[in-house]
Amino acid sequence: MHPAKSVILFTTASGAGYGLIAWLGVLAILGLVPADRGLGLIAFGLGFGLVVLGLVSSTFHLGHPERAWRALSQWRSSWLSREGVAAVFTFLPSGLFALGWVVLGRNDGAFAVLGLIASLSCVATVACTAMIYASLKTIRAWHSPWTLPAYLVMAALSGGLLLLVLLGLWGQPLAGPFGAIVLALFAATLAVKLLYWRSLADMDDASTAESATGLGDFGKVSLLEAPHSESNYLMQEMGFQVARRHAERLRRFVLFGGLAAPFVLVLAGLALPGAGAVVAAVLAALLLGAGLAVERWLFFAEAKHVVTLYYGESRA
Amino acid sequence: MTSLPRNPGPTKLGLVIDLDICVGCHACAVNCKEWNTGGHSAPLTDHDPYGADPSGVWFNRIHSFEVVDDDGDSRTVHFPKSCLHCDDAPCVTVCPTGASYKREEDGIVLVNAEACIGCKLCSWACPYGAREYDEDAGVMKKCTLCVDKIYNENLPERSRVPACVSTCPAGARHFGDLGDPDSEVSLLVAARDGYALMPEQGCAPVNRYLPPRPKAVAAESSGVSALAPVAAEAGSAGMLARWVDRMLSR
Repeated sequence: MHPAKSVILFTTASGAGYGLIAWLGVLAILGLVPADRGLGLIAFGLGFGLVVLGLVSSTFHLGHPERAWRALSQWRSSWLSREGVAAVFTFLPSGLFALGWVVLGRNDGAFAVLGLIASLSCVATVACTAMIYASLKTIRAWHSPWTLPAYLVMAALSGGLLLLVLLGLWGQPLAGPFGAIVLALFAATLAVKLLYWRSLADMDDASTAESATGLGDFGKVSLLEAPHSESNYLMQEMGFQVARRHAERLRRFVLFGGLAAPFVLVLAGLALPGAGAVVAAVLAALLLGAGLAVERWLFFAEAKHVVTLYYGESRA
Repeated sequence: MTSLPRNPGPTKLGLVIDLDICVGCHACAVNCKEWNTGGHSAPLTDHDPYGADPSGVWFNRIHSFEVVDDDGDSRTVHFPKSCLHCDDAPCVTVCPTGASYKREEDGIVLVNAEACIGCKLCSWACPYGAREYDEDAGVMKKCTLCVDKIYNENLPERSRVPACVSTCPAGARHFGDLGDPDSEVSLLVAARDGYALMPEQGCAPVNRYLPPRPKAVAAESSGVSALAPVAAEAGSAGMLARWVDRMLSR
């Protein structure tokens, strides 16, 4: 599949934003974070900023962005519509939660409950984003049981690491329950990603050029002549091939540069005192950001659509 | 409403394409473009049509496949493909705006260009590549089964079939009600073991394909033996021929 930059930015940025807001809600109801107004301003600013950046960039690939509001109407059948509805709804509890924190200096009681509702809405929104892809049977790489967990755990990890950095900047010690949670999320992301890639290698249930044409009874099917001499929309959108050549190297970067290295940096941050810890956490966040961007690029670029069976592929 | 029709009618209009007859002339694609660039989803935009890298919107495309059996015997199959107007059309249910819909009365899948936001998700959901994005209009377009032709009372009755069907010079395309088991197209499908494409995708397409008929005469049983290599036959040839063969083989 063609990896559109707008969609990569949308899914990674909004994922991190929702993850950050969700963790604020969780830490508030557990009473693990003080309702510091400055911290709230920066954290919610960053969270909402990432969410809005993502949502706005997702409209860039539309043919008619001005009609985007129409996408809220078909939640009964469409995961894309459900995602729109969930995204719009999330602004309500998370906005009130943010106002209580930043304006009133409160994140307990009713505001903590609002925070919890905001957290759940964030999770629901990211889940809808994942389901847009996971529900497409035409793309085996996405129609995987690991797509939904991968989106959820990566949103939780990226948002959680951002919050850890902010807490560090606010003089909170990194070592503690939340630091441990972030480390666990690194391990979970690594595991989910490896399981996802392993599930891709299994091609048993793939569609074939034979099933696409129904000519399998007559023998092995291969494309003799394409419908036209030049490329077309389908081939450009679904027939992206660059990644498969570099997939191994990019996967290694995601595993080592994007996940293992920041894990070690966070671990070092938990052990280091003061400024060193924050520097380590910031570096970790930058590496993770690059890693997740490459991961998301691969998620699109490695995915093979069954329509390519009509354009020369033998299995998809 | 992009949910599929809750009470679909019995009528399922669709195409039956005979792969035994199709000669791969592309006339159906050309006449499809001709009709539809002035029809329901007009225009079917082209980019750089006379330049080095032309592209454009087509509702119908003809692929040619080579099929080789275990004995190495091969055949060429020309394979026209357009929207299959699926019963469980995923392009309809994924649409976030309600622009994509399946008609209750005849099962035709259409796009309301006024409501389409051009998110392209329907083209991702379709296994058959039936969805086209019009860069100029910023909306998705697709085969309408010539909805503006098949019901058009200004046309003589025999012309009220999709453009691809009326133009096919070989008679490889048939149009009719596949929901009626006694219709001509349904009987044809039954008689020729017509099949659906990629049933494992679960879209329940309406269109059917008729497989190529078995070759009338297989190569080895045709009674015409291939020319045998001269060297192998040299033993039984005349003396002069054997001498020439020996001379030339040096």
